Parts: sequence; structure tokens; C-alpha cells
Amino acid sequence: MFEYDAATYSRLLTSLTLAFHIIFATIGVGVPLMIALAHWIGLKKNDEHYLLLARRWMRGFVITVAVGVVTGTAIGLQLSLLWPKFMEIAGQVIGLPLFMETFAFFIEAIFLGIYIYTWDRFKNPFKHFLLIIPVVIGASMSAFFITTVNAFMNTPQGFVLENGVITDIQPLVAMFNPATPTKVAHVLSSAYMTSAFVLAAIAAYKILRGNKHVYYKKALHLTMVAAFVFSCATAIIGDFSGKFLAEYQPEKLAAAEWHFETKGNAPLILYGTLNEDMEVENGIEIPYALSILAHGVPSGEVKGLLEFPEDERPPLYIHYLFDLMVTIGMALTALSFIYLMLKRFATRFAYHKALMGFTVLSAPLAILAIEFGWIFAEVGRQPWILRGYMKTVEGATTSEHVGLMLVVFIIVYILLAIGSIIVLRKLFKENPVEKELLES
Amino acid sequence: MTLELLGITVLGIFLFGYVIIGSIDFGAGFYSTYSDWAGKKHMIHRVIQRYLSPVWEVTNVFLVFFFVGIVGFFPKTAYYYGTALLIPGSVSIILLAIRGSYYAFSNYGAPDRKLYSVLYGITGVLIPASLTTVLTISEGGFITVEGDKVTLQLGELLTNPYSWSVVMLAFVSVLFISASFLTYYANKANDLKAQTLLRKYALLWSAPSILSALVVMYMLRFQNPIHFERMIEIGWLFVLSFICFIVAVYFIYKGIHFGWAFLAVVMQYAFAFFAYGFSHYPYLLYPYLTIYDGFTNETMAKALVVVFILGLCVLIPSLYLLMKLFLFNHDYVKGQK
Repeated sequence: MFEYDAATYSRLLTSLTLAFHIIFATIGVGVPLMIALAHWIGLKKNDEHYLLLARRWMRGFVITVAVGVVTGTAIGLQLSLLWPKFMEIAGQVIGLPLFMETFAFFIEAIFLGIYIYTWDRFKNPFKHFLLIIPVVIGASMSAFFITTVNAFMNTPQGFVLENGVITDIQPLVAMFNPATPTKVAHVLSSAYMTSAFVLAAIAAYKILRGNKHVYYKKALHLTMVAAFVFSCATAIIGDFSGKFLAEYQPEKLAAAEWHFETKGNAPLILYGTLNEDMEVENGIEIPYALSILAHGVPSGEVKGLLEFPEDERPPLYIHYLFDLMVTIGMALTALSFIYLMLKRFATRFAYHKALMGFTVLSAPLAILAIEFGWIFAEVGRQPWILRGYMKTVEGATTSEHVGLMLVVFIIVYILLAIGSIIVLRKLFKENPVEKELLES
Repeated sequence: MTLELLGITVLGIFLFGYVIIGSIDFGAGFYSTYSDWAGKKHMIHRVIQRYLSPVWEVTNVFLVFFFVGIVGFFPKTAYYYGTALLIPGSVSIILLAIRGSYYAFSNYGAPDRKLYSVLYGITGVLIPASLTTVLTISEGGFITVEGDKVTLQLGELLTNPYSWSVVMLAFVSVLFISASFLTYYANKANDLKAQTLLRKYALLWSAPSILSALVVMYMLRFQNPIHFERMIEIGWLFVLSFICFIVAVYFIYKGIHFGWAFLAVVMQYAFAFFAYGFSHYPYLLYPYLTIYDGFTNETMAKALVVVFILGLCVLIPSLYLLMKLFLFNHDYVKGQK
């Protein structure tokens, strides 16, 4: 049916691994922070419930970390296996953050092991609390370093490439490229936000099922407050990202917004369809919004897609991904805001069935938003692997077996997904909170 | 010392670190499964679990460190090995994925699941075997380079006696290293039953480990005569390695100084490992890639070295804390904490 093409299969396999890894990576970055928060509050207030919360989150976290570590190892190796020519260049220019990432990972792995196995071993419980801090820092630092690598691929700098020869390399300039600040900030805040919603969804699910224990209400409150704070941060940083795109990757922004002609006073289009003449139909138009997103003023001139050669334009379907990501982000911000308002002014409605139902849904939605956001960001820089320097097809392996590997990895990831779900369910079903509270 | 040499030395040390702690880990997984199957689970399972639980994740990072480091210091390896190793590399990834996740599943989630335990044990011996592919390929003769296309002769690799002798060496070494460490650990825990059984395993695998090493050397003579000759030139290192081996076996046989015995095993492999590596110098992939033509630019190399030193400043105290709390903490080892 298809003619074999190593580059296409390499792209599919890389997307598959990353799409799977990103779920666990996001949880891996955000959950340690939530555990630390619960642990800290528990110690400060001398409240057993928060301590148990930290402990139970940690237990589930270990399972997700395991899958995160193995899929992370997979993508680490696959970068060289599937994109050898790209890595040959990247190794010379961006080897530094890759290397630093492993140190961050080391610290996280060491202290996670110590933290887990030293509950009840310290006379002073605050000493034990200190052990989670390197885990939080390690997790966020590895996200930081690895995101700078991705940022570099979007706005490469810090080297000169002439006739295939790289010279004049400046590792720090490459690392702190224009895309780094917004990318890193957006990745971190959205990971914290998603993890907060994932944990909120668990509490909401229990409340929805009729569990009345105050433990769940405390869990819900803590996670929802965190979710609101990080949602707002994510939205603000998202706005900065728009301004970054307008300046450095206008073709990505133009494709995301179906903005073809360069002009000022540009409207933002939500959803809709494109007809054969490339005109937008059925969309919701918000006047001036795109200009404001891109430049902060309604009259700002936004570059249109037609200014770019046809073979350097990203595919137009990324419009939907961008819209879905933003819609979910807005909806979740509203959700956590509504909860906070109710909790404050009309507490008896704060645990209303409908609200709890939406909160349960917030977990899969937040993760979907992460996936949409990453696919948008990655497909949006096509056809480049190194924007302006190397096309994706030029970086791919020439091996003839990528198709077979794709099939094998699909099976492996399905097994891992099933395994994680079974084990996580079992872990908490067989050991309910009520039982643990009685024991302590 | 040139930066190239410094780079490969750093990577060599980390690779050796992975060889030792990875072997302990892989062998422990295998013994854990085997003891379950042979009805001896009650004897050694607890000792193994107490050692493995806090450190399993750290083992993996040593491997990640190595392959990220080698791409950083020697980016051309990504080009040659990356293209050639798609299949063997993917096999290793899959085995590591199964092993890591199923270890966590069975230990933190659903204990006593036979399936998890079997998967965990089997992958423990298959991973070292699959990782040795890289060592075999580095000797040359398995890769063809035409223009800018690098191809691995997979059929040749799978039918070659040298590659199988390396697999064999990895297999028995893992079991020997692991058993000698676990004997030491069981002894510290005052677990006499486990100590007796593990001691037997250590003695059982000692002779095969040295025999297979000789076989590999013999086979290398045909696979890569130049490398073989250079190895003979520094033959005294292999003699030192053999002496360490004798010391280790003597102590284990007598049932004394298990700590020194394990150290002797580590030294045995250290001498052999560095003698092998040194005689392979300057090649990373014979005859296509040496450490000189595959080296990264000077700026990056210096930056990597600086980061490496800073990293070690954080890493060494952390590892020390980990060992102090678990490995060398009497109460923990004995199961009182």
C-alpha cells in the first residue's frame, strides 16, 4: 500500500514514543511538587490526612516513574537510532543540555529511592521532608534541560554551518536560544497544572462515588487551588508564546491561525473549515485578537502564510490542535475558578455532582491538551528538523527495518499501558484510604 | 592528557560502573526468579529485594549517562552506531522497558505475580546479551559503509562464533558478579541460609566466567588480529585480573572476608575491562572511527568536562548518602528499618 520510506516511519515511531512518554513525563514533573506541597502542609498543620495524601500519591507515582524512566530511555536511544545525521550535529552543538539532563535525572532517581524508603526513619520528620526537594528540583531541571534542546530545534543558533561543516560553536548561546524562555515556562507550568488536575480528578471521583471522608475534601481543595494558580500561569505564558511565534516562527503561527495574507487588525479564528479556495468557513471570528496575541496591539501586522515558499509551510491541520489546546486550557481554568468561588461563597455547592463530574473529566482533558500542544508545536515546525538548517527527511536513518520496529513498539506500549492501568487500580482498590486511616 | 583521551576515560569509567551495578541488578533479577521457580524463594528473595528496591532506578541512569555522554563527546558515533544498531538497539530498549516497568509493577503494585517475575528474570540475562552487540560490532567486520549508507550485517552477526562467545561471557559474568556481591550482602544481614546458597552460586559460576573470558580472547585472534596482538602486549594486566580472580574464589570458598572477595571480583573485571579498552584504542569502531576523528569540537568538549566535574560534585555525595542509608546501614540491611 505504502512505499517504504524510512523517514516517514522514523517520524511515526518517534511521535509514538514521545506521545506515550509525555503522559508519564508530565506526571513525573508535576506530581513531585504536589507531593512536596501535601507533605509540607501535613507537617506544618500536623495533619495526618495530608501526610497520608503525600504517601499515597508517592506510591502511585512510583509506578508512573518506572514507565516514564523506561520510555525516556527509549526516546533517548531512539534519537540516535532513528535520527543519526541530526544527532551528529546536535551532539556537537547541544550535547551540553543533554548531558546535564542526565545529571538532573541521576539526582532525582537517587533521592526518590531514599525518600520512599525512609518514611519513619528520621526522628525529625522535617529532615525526611527535605529529601523530596531534590526530587522536585531534579524533575523540573530535567524538563528544563530537555526543553532547551527542543527549543534549539525550533530556533537554532550558536553555530555556523557551511557546506555541511559546523564551526564557531557556542554551547550556551545554543542552549539559551529565543525559544527557550517561553517553551520552558510553558512546559513546566502546564505539567504542574496537568498533574494538579489529575490528582484533583481522583479526589473528585471518590467524592462523586459518595465517599464522605474529609480526607477527600482536603485533597480536592489542595489540588484545585494549585490547579487554578498553574492554569493562570499557563495562560499568561501561552500569550507570551504567541508573541514569540510572531517574531521568530511566523509560519507556525500563521498556519495555526489560517492567516494567509499579511495584515494588521488581524482577527483570531476559532475552529471552522477551509474551502477549496482556502477561505475559512463556519469559524468563530474574534476581531483583532490575533494581532493582540502576536504583538499586544490591535493594529499589529501579522505575517501571512503566503509569504513563505510552499515547501516550507507546515500542514494546515495544526489549526485544530491549537484551538483544542487553548479551549481545554480555558475551560479548565474556568472549572478551577468556579470551584474556588463556590468553596468561598457557597460551600454547599462546591461538591455538586456536575462540578465533580467535570473535575473527573479534567484529568484526561488536561493530558489531551498536553498532547495537542506538543503535536502542534512539533508538526508546526515541519518540514524542518532544525528550522532553517536541516529538513526532517535529511536527518532520518537509512535503515530498512523501521517499519518492523514501529509495529513492535506499538505492541510494547500497549502492554505497558495495560500493565500500568491494572497495577494502579489494584494498588488503590486493595488498600482504601479508610482502611489506612484506621491503621495509623 | 588530550581532551579526547579524557572524554573516553570518563565514559569508560561510567561504562564500567554500569557493568558492575548492572550485573548485580541483572543477576539478582535472575536469581530471584530462579529461586521462585526452584522453590527456594523464601531463602534469598528478601535479601535481594532489600538491596534492589532503593537502587533499581539509579542503575538505569548509568546506562543513560553513557549513551548520552558518548553522543556528546563523540557525535559521529551517533551516525555510525545509530544507523547500524537500529534492530539490536531497539531489542535492548524493549527488554529494558519490560524489565524496569515490570519490576515496579510487581514490587509496588501487585506482589507475587508469577508472570511479572518471570519477565523480570528472563530479561535480566537477555539485556546483557543484547548490549554486548555493541562490543562485538566495535571489533569490525559487521558493518558495511557505502557512500553515506551504513548497514549492519545482521546475519553475519548472528552466525559469528566471536559474537556468541561474547554473549556467553556476559551471561556467566553477570551471574558471577551478582552472586559474589549478594553473598557479601547476605552475610552482612546475618542471613546464613541466603549466604550459603548464594555462596554456592558464586563458586558455581566462577570457573565458567574465567573460561569464557579465555574463549573470547581466543576468538578475537581471528576476528581482529591487530587488537589481539595489542592485548598480548599488555598481557600482564590480564595476569593481574586472574590473580584477583583467584583471591576472590579463595575467600568465597573459605567463607571469609566476603567484602574483600567482592572487591577482588570488581578488580578482576576492572583490569580486564580497561586492558580490553586500552588495547582497542584509538578505535571506537574498527576501522571506520577513531576517538580522534569522531571527537566533538573543542568548545563543547571543554563545556562537557566542566559540567561533568560540577555534576560529580553533586552526584558523589548523593551516591554516598544512598549507600550510607541502605547498603552500609546495619539496621536497614538486617531488615530492622
